Amino acid sequence: MKLIAKKAILPLIAFGLALFVGGLVIGFTDSRVLSKIGSPISFLKIFASTVGNAYLALFQGAIYDPNLVEGHSFLTGFYPLSQTVVNAAPLMLCGLSVAIAFKAGLFNIGAQGQFIFGAIGASYVGFHYELPIFLHVVVAITAAIILSALWGGFVGLLKAKTGAHEVIVTIMLNYIAANFLLWILGTSTFLRPGRLDPLAPPVKDTARLPRLFGDNYSVNVGIFISIVVAFLFWLLLNRSTWGFKTRAVGANSSAARTAGISVQRITIGTMLIAGGLSGLAGAIHVLGFQYELTSDTAGSFGFDAITVALLGRGGPVGVVLASLLFAGLRVGGTTMQANVQVPVEIVLVIQALVVLFIAAPGLITRYIKIKNLESGQEMASKGWNG
Amino acid sequence: MKNNQVISVLAKKRSRNLKIMLALTLISFVLFAYLPGESQDVTFNFVLGDEWVIIQSWVIGSKIGAYSFSALSALFLVFAFLQARKGNKLGVSALAYCLSVFIAFMCWAAAGAAISVTGLLQGGLFLAIPLVFGSLSGLICERSGVINIAIEGQLLAGAFAAGVVGSLTQNSWAGLLVAPLAGALISLLLATFAIKYAVDQVILGFVINVLVIGLTSFASQRILTTDAARWNSSPIFSTIQIPILSKIPLVGPIFFSQTIIVYMLYVIVAIIQVTLFKSKWGLRMRAVGELPVAAESVGIDVNKVRFRNVLIAGLVAGLGGAFFTVGSSGAFSRQMTAGMGFIALAALIFGKWTPLGAVAAALLFGFADQLRTVLSITGTPIPSEFMVMVPYIVTIIAVSGFVGKVRAPASDGIPYKRGGSH
Amino acid sequence: MSLELRAITKRFGGLVANDAIDFAVADGEIHAILGENGAGKSTLMNIVYGLLQQDSGTISVDGKELTINSPLDSLAAGIGMVHQHFMLIPVFTVAENIVLGHEKTGFFGKLDLATAREEILRISQEFNFDVNPDAIVEELPVGIQQRVEIIRALIYDAKVLILDEPTAVLTPQETDELLNNLKKLRESGRAIVFISHKLREVKAIADKITIIRRGKVVGTASPSAEQSELASMMVGREVDLKVDKEAAKLGSEVLNVQNLTIQDHTGRTLVNNISFQVKAGEVLAIAGVQGNGQSEVAEAMLGLREHVAGSVKVDGQEIIGKSVVDCLDLGIAYVPESRELDGLISSFTIAENLVLDTHMSAPYSKFGRYFPDAVKKVAQERVAEFDIRAQSVTDTASSLSGGNKQKVVLARELSRPVKLVVVSQPTRGLDVGSIEFVHERLVAERNDGKAVLLFSTELDEVYALADRIAIMFKGEIIAIVEPSISREELGLYMAGVSLHAEVSA
Repeated sequence: MKLIAKKAILPLIAFGLALFVGGLVIGFTDSRVLSKIGSPISFLKIFASTVGNAYLALFQGAIYDPNLVEGHSFLTGFYPLSQTVVNAAPLMLCGLSVAIAFKAGLFNIGAQGQFIFGAIGASYVGFHYELPIFLHVVVAITAAIILSALWGGFVGLLKAKTGAHEVIVTIMLNYIAANFLLWILGTSTFLRPGRLDPLAPPVKDTARLPRLFGDNYSVNVGIFISIVVAFLFWLLLNRSTWGFKTRAVGANSSAARTAGISVQRITIGTMLIAGGLSGLAGAIHVLGFQYELTSDTAGSFGFDAITVALLGRGGPVGVVLASLLFAGLRVGGTTMQANVQVPVEIVLVIQALVVLFIAAPGLITRYIKIKNLESGQEMASKGWNG
Repeated sequence: MKNNQVISVLAKKRSRNLKIMLALTLISFVLFAYLPGESQDVTFNFVLGDEWVIIQSWVIGSKIGAYSFSALSALFLVFAFLQARKGNKLGVSALAYCLSVFIAFMCWAAAGAAISVTGLLQGGLFLAIPLVFGSLSGLICERSGVINIAIEGQLLAGAFAAGVVGSLTQNSWAGLLVAPLAGALISLLLATFAIKYAVDQVILGFVINVLVIGLTSFASQRILTTDAARWNSSPIFSTIQIPILSKIPLVGPIFFSQTIIVYMLYVIVAIIQVTLFKSKWGLRMRAVGELPVAAESVGIDVNKVRFRNVLIAGLVAGLGGAFFTVGSSGAFSRQMTAGMGFIALAALIFGKWTPLGAVAAALLFGFADQLRTVLSITGTPIPSEFMVMVPYIVTIIAVSGFVGKVRAPASDGIPYKRGGSH
Repeated sequence: MSLELRAITKRFGGLVANDAIDFAVADGEIHAILGENGAGKSTLMNIVYGLLQQDSGTISVDGKELTINSPLDSLAAGIGMVHQHFMLIPVFTVAENIVLGHEKTGFFGKLDLATAREEILRISQEFNFDVNPDAIVEELPVGIQQRVEIIRALIYDAKVLILDEPTAVLTPQETDELLNNLKKLRESGRAIVFISHKLREVKAIADKITIIRRGKVVGTASPSAEQSELASMMVGREVDLKVDKEAAKLGSEVLNVQNLTIQDHTGRTLVNNISFQVKAGEVLAIAGVQGNGQSEVAEAMLGLREHVAGSVKVDGQEIIGKSVVDCLDLGIAYVPESRELDGLISSFTIAENLVLDTHMSAPYSKFGRYFPDAVKKVAQERVAEFDIRAQSVTDTASSLSGGNKQKVVLARELSRPVKLVVVSQPTRGLDVGSIEFVHERLVAERNDGKAVLLFSTELDEVYALADRIAIMFKGEIIAIVEPSISREELGLYMAGVSLHAEVSA
């Protein structure tokens, strides 16, 4: 427990600080607040109430909203939490995808593109084939994983064989994947009959992930799959020889090579796994929540995943918690925008600040003393020559 | 001595390149010339306005054109092969080769249509301008040893600041003035965390981009859209025709009929190219990017030099950001830089961390982007989504070493701590 | 001009690197600082040079106390330094390197290199240095690079010249030239501080010797003192510089290298067509100045290099084209040149480092599963056997001293069943105690009937261990000789002078 507390303290402080700065941004961009700038007391009051209302709306949109209860069971108020969890599942898997690459010393910015290919694969199997209920899901997910693993593995292959830096390659592949998605949605195979806009046919019922709490709550088995995968992630890294090799390559690739570990094989394998994880995320999102492939299916999962992995400091527990947090911010942010007209983009600001404060422990420890703080050096990418 | 199995690595690479070229020529013959059904006329126009000498339009049958230029490419391939056997570099013949294949491609892609070559090049330059600014920002940072992934953020901040200030003052010059400052502000963030707190620079740049995208999108939604007339309608710079120069056929309309921002860009490119290699500033910049401890040992404050240069880089990129608002559209829109910062980064790497290389790569990317627009209007056999991918694919090919091994400054991305590693 | 240090103290965390050190040098004098690796010599000189700041103590020049916060201050005070790792930008020209930090500019800030060129040529002529101001530094031999550093110090009018381990990268002949040049500089009235752990050179050049051990001055000596006396002051106990070695009991041929050629990725030939054999029970030392292709040959012995042609057979089996794992499986132990970069993973625990190459075999693994407890258990045995001083096997390798790090590498490599032991610069940067341990261990392997291939730039080490010596120069083996060869002759070989005596090829 002590260990967990020690690991959690820095992220918590960072999150608090980020919320604080985010509050300043919200307050100082509000015209009603600014109109009171002449009188300090009422300025502070309206400032606090504006920011307070925004964050309250955020909370209500992310976890529990009493306004939804009216006449129903109090459980109805947890509808937002269900939305949060549904969104956390793909985010978690993408976060693990980025995290496993970090363990091998690779910075996978390509989760977005890998997610897209997973979504394409799952969607195609989901709407095109007729299969029995359980098998359909399995086939769809398998297709998604294979497709995205190949897409991710290509990055590893290029890195291993030619030394092409994965950061540049994955950024480029994200654009390529996004355009590929646009194109494929326009082809006759993927165009929904009777529609001209980029929208694939709906996934058949047999391929949909079962929901956990009835039709009113979209939360589905996807979250379980994700948490199991997070546990497997831990097992793989700490209790398998593959994981040992991965960590060795990530920590010092030239020493690993000298000890007979094939850096190339690990690089390719890790990117295959990373791609597969992001693809699984895409599958879960399409089969468990959206039920159809659109040009915007991937949202910003792949990019948020990077901040998730950084906030979670590359460990499975951290990634699970961080993905719940950021999914909550996203989901709550949308409600906040609708209810109190504070744009959802403030969530991006908060995310970026959290990671910034964590990445630079020196910044926080300069003002706040934390005992035995671990340095954040486990998360590092390699420069162009590495 | 049996030494015959010794591998000459260069020869190996050269022969691989020649093989790729051969394959391309064959593809060109088959795909562009042989396969298309009937020949249609392709028209290439060279005139935009009132240049001195009017170059005639050039009309050619698509099949004839494709055949002849494929044949020409084969000829240059033979040249390249002969050069390679002599052990010379392939530079010129490879360039001529690429041009031939490209024209064969154009004959195929634009069959039955008219292409304004001058317009294509002019549009390419237009799209390349932010890329050039961005890649020069990257160059200054990375030559001093700080990886700059935050170019996107710097451009976006410059665009936002220029748009808002230009609107509020209704003066495009005011916008142009604050844009570099906004870029430098982002640089300040980058420099502080990268140099003072030694945060991993790739991760840092990524996070800064998220922050800037978040802040500008937030402000755009919360403020700019509420009263667009006041906040988001900046006057823009008009084009300045340089007397005489702008009348030169082909070159004039492309290079000398531009806004003040573009002319500033010419000056900046020239200054950076010269100073990087011939001035004290450039010497110190390269020194701290290559072997900072050696620079320290002769009394140079490494981190100060780096800090300053990162700020200067921010000024450059911020100025480039102004191009998006006061330089072209006048209004800021969310994420309007649309990933150009990353393409600029790719141009820097493609250009092997040299100013002229980066500029050339940026122009190439801009040109490819414009080509897509032109071809999607004239209609081509290629889906426009695939045309969009061209710069990205070219970048991947470039970083995979097909264009030759690229070497970053030796200490790029490595934080420097005084007193070495004790 | 005289330089005087009083009670200089510097701590890094809990470690006292310099403990109240007093030291003085006068003009026209060469004063040597003698101490083993890690004794605190470089720290002291980095303080004088302004790369580090002392915690307490004073530095005075000509009796005036100075505050030195950066190299600018020391340069201004007339202190110049020739660093152990050259402080030259590899991709710059000589002239660019020399003006760096003292740039003169002309019209519109244009860099003025012409003045620097003239100065370089002038000094180059005066001392017969033969340095081209427009050469790119990384293309110059190390001996010339060192001269560039000396020229730089002289151009900035250094009255006190500090040389930090200047002979580490030089051939014996280059060393002699350097020592002669230093004498010339002494005659010109400069004060010279000569830092070294090599007794012979210190005795040959110094007017005075100050000996440092574990950050403290333990005494001074005159150059006429006996080597053994200096050695015991330096180490703190009697040192037996010889390694006890029985006569070699030669077995069958284990390693056979034929026509080995290695290129780098740009196609430059680094190793050109070399051949040699090593038998069981002998130590073949490959001597030579750093950078003559030895590192590449060592790496090729484990399949770590690309662009390799020729044949390398271990026990009759070809290893070129084989993977590293296959080479390890053939029974090759490999101690890399840089234990920090290639030998260890500093963020891994000692236990994990001990199984880097064997983690996938029993008892550490079964069907791809990995058992950390088994690793820990075996690690504890190894730590005891190899006398690795560590708190716990779960501490990270970065917490170990240099000597203990090397013991971890040795423990890992020698605990497998091996036939061939390839060691590269095994004692670089180690203290004498660790050096003795490593040497004894290597001789034990030889006596045990293993073939030992030693790459070393330290002549003392070569003489102590070798049964035969091969000398590499510019990527070629120019001779294979018996260890009875004189230092002078060996030095000539290392400088590339081909003599007659080829013993056996």
